[in-house]
Amino acid sequence: MYESMILRTIARLMLPLLLLLSLFMVVRGHHLPGGGFVGGLLASAAIILQIVAFGPDYAREIIPVNYLRVAATGVGFAACWGLLALVQGQPFMAARWLDTPIPGIGKLGTPVMFDIGVYLTVIGVTTQLALVLAEEPTLYPLRRSPPPQTEPMAPEA
Amino acid sequence: MANHLFFPLLVPLLSAVLATLVGQRRVIARSIALAAVLFDLGYSIWLLFAVGATGRMVTQADDFAAPFGISLVADGLSAIMLTLTSIMMLVTVLYSFSTVSPYRERYYYYPLLLLLLFGCGGAFLTGDLFNLYVWFEVLLVASFGLITLGGERGQLEGGLKYVVLNLMGSTSFLIGAGLLYGVAGTLNMAHLAERLGTLQQPGIVTAVAGFFLFAYSSKAGLVPVFFWLPTSYHTPTVAVSALFSGLLTKVGIYALYRVFGTVFQRELERYGTLILVIAALTMVIGVMGAMAQVNVRRILSFHIISQVGYMIMGLGLVGVAGLAAGILYMVHHIVVKTALFMIGGTAEYLAGTGELKQMGGMARREPILAGLWLLASFSLAGLPPLSGFFGKLGLIQVGLDQGQWLMVGVAAVVSLFTLFSMLKIWNEVFWKRANVDQTAMPRASALLIAPSALLVALSIAIGFGASPVLRYSRYSAEQVFNTQSLVQDVCGPAGCDAVTSTANNQ
Repeated sequence: MYESMILRTIARLMLPLLLLLSLFMVVRGHHLPGGGFVGGLLASAAIILQIVAFGPDYAREIIPVNYLRVAATGVGFAACWGLLALVQGQPFMAARWLDTPIPGIGKLGTPVMFDIGVYLTVIGVTTQLALVLAEEPTLYPLRRSPPPQTEPMAPEA
Repeated sequence: MANHLFFPLLVPLLSAVLATLVGQRRVIARSIALAAVLFDLGYSIWLLFAVGATGRMVTQADDFAAPFGISLVADGLSAIMLTLTSIMMLVTVLYSFSTVSPYRERYYYYPLLLLLLFGCGGAFLTGDLFNLYVWFEVLLVASFGLITLGGERGQLEGGLKYVVLNLMGSTSFLIGAGLLYGVAGTLNMAHLAERLGTLQQPGIVTAVAGFFLFAYSSKAGLVPVFFWLPTSYHTPTVAVSALFSGLLTKVGIYALYRVFGTVFQRELERYGTLILVIAALTMVIGVMGAMAQVNVRRILSFHIISQVGYMIMGLGLVGVAGLAAGILYMVHHIVVKTALFMIGGTAEYLAGTGELKQMGGMARREPILAGLWLLASFSLAGLPPLSGFFGKLGLIQVGLDQGQWLMVGVAAVVSLFTLFSMLKIWNEVFWKRANVDQTAMPRASALLIAPSALLVALSIAIGFGASPVLRYSRYSAEQVFNTQSLVQDVCGPAGCDAVTSTANNQ
């Protein structure tokens, strides 16, 4: 957490902009530079900016999702679109495209859907990592006092 | 195209996702894990017979033609490894039900196990060298999670060493893959095998093969780079360390067999003597290291190193016969080693400690466990008619045929020392009178004993049915060395270079 009015004002304003930009990156990504990975990094950068400016609690509060589940959903989503070809008797991940392009978005197909899965996975993993690192000092303070037993460790036997 | 090859990978992956999402209740996570593992087991046994009947199976991910896309190739060796992985995973999951604490289970224990299965399956099925690297990373990341799960001090210390030393190996793998791509212009194993045969600069390839040898040696726990193994394997829960003992180092051995048997055949002839020297040193140092230890699982960890030496000996005795003996030995080892870790771990779990001095009296208290231990340790040492005898017999026969007297001598002496170590554990843990009051000690439930009993039974079955296993491992070894048919299966009858030149002309 960094108490600066300038940073906080900008962080608040940038959050929707960066999230929109990340979506734009995903949609644009199939034929031009961009894609699920870059988009996911941008979206998580938007959230990490909130962690830097307001602290991890605030970041969890404004977007109240479990990022680990977001990541798991992303992996599952990406894999499921690859299954479509497998069901039709072709190798996993063989591409399927809609015939008519959708105005404003372009051609839609399974690779785009796969990219959305990547997008979710990257958001989930990077944000979760940043959150855990940001919360660590409060969960496990380094000074003298023993670490609080948030999860009582059951004995193995 | 054998598109079903994707299933043993997709089922664990999707089950891991599912178990993460809905596995808050432990029953659900357990049943998802069990179902996925059972599916993989059934599939891989079917694959074992199908490959035995019809030969290699190939499919191309994303439907890209062979040297461009990622090929999945299942041959005899892949099918054997996949089957063993699923069996080990099954016994581990069963064993985990009664030994892993609810705290660990809640922190994604089963998803991590499934991801490990996913990574191992991918490593055994891929036909692409870079992809092999990726699968290695997948299974290592899952194993990093498993080894530190629980966050005890010893675990974190062991885990750190494990991570750092494995990353060194991975880096060397990556450097080797990059250099090889620069030299040959491809990383598809079939294409590599085709191109390296006609390459004009053999010296570079030999050097590049050195990188791979180092990388896989560090994964397999061979002599100069084995020290991560005994410092980390005894730290996680018993189920995890039993799984690792059977599987992880053997993925390194599998990679050595696959890459040196198929891709670097000429280099294998050059490195043959070096590999034999490494094998001998690994056997001796592993078994000597075990003699100095006083903790059950640490002793067993050192024995993994010593046993890995035998498998490498199979590779070092360049040729189909040597590799076949090595594969047979690996099959035996995976089964027996996991069994020993589970039995020793169960004794440790019951006694509450793994230090030999504080244990004892287990034979009187748990006679079934003691009997299983005796069978498994005799099998490890190589007494007939258990599986270890045929594993060692095969290696020694091939060694004698090739006149490697010194190597054969070392292998024979090391098995005596192995027996010595096993008897030490027997004496201290099972036979000697207990020096503490054992009345409060928990009893071994059927669920604790059943997984290791299953493995010991399997070891006995391999011993009595050695000839079909031997025939199958011979068949797989021939497939590994037969690059011509590999190229035809993967890239079509004209070969991989024909595919690329047609694509260039279009």
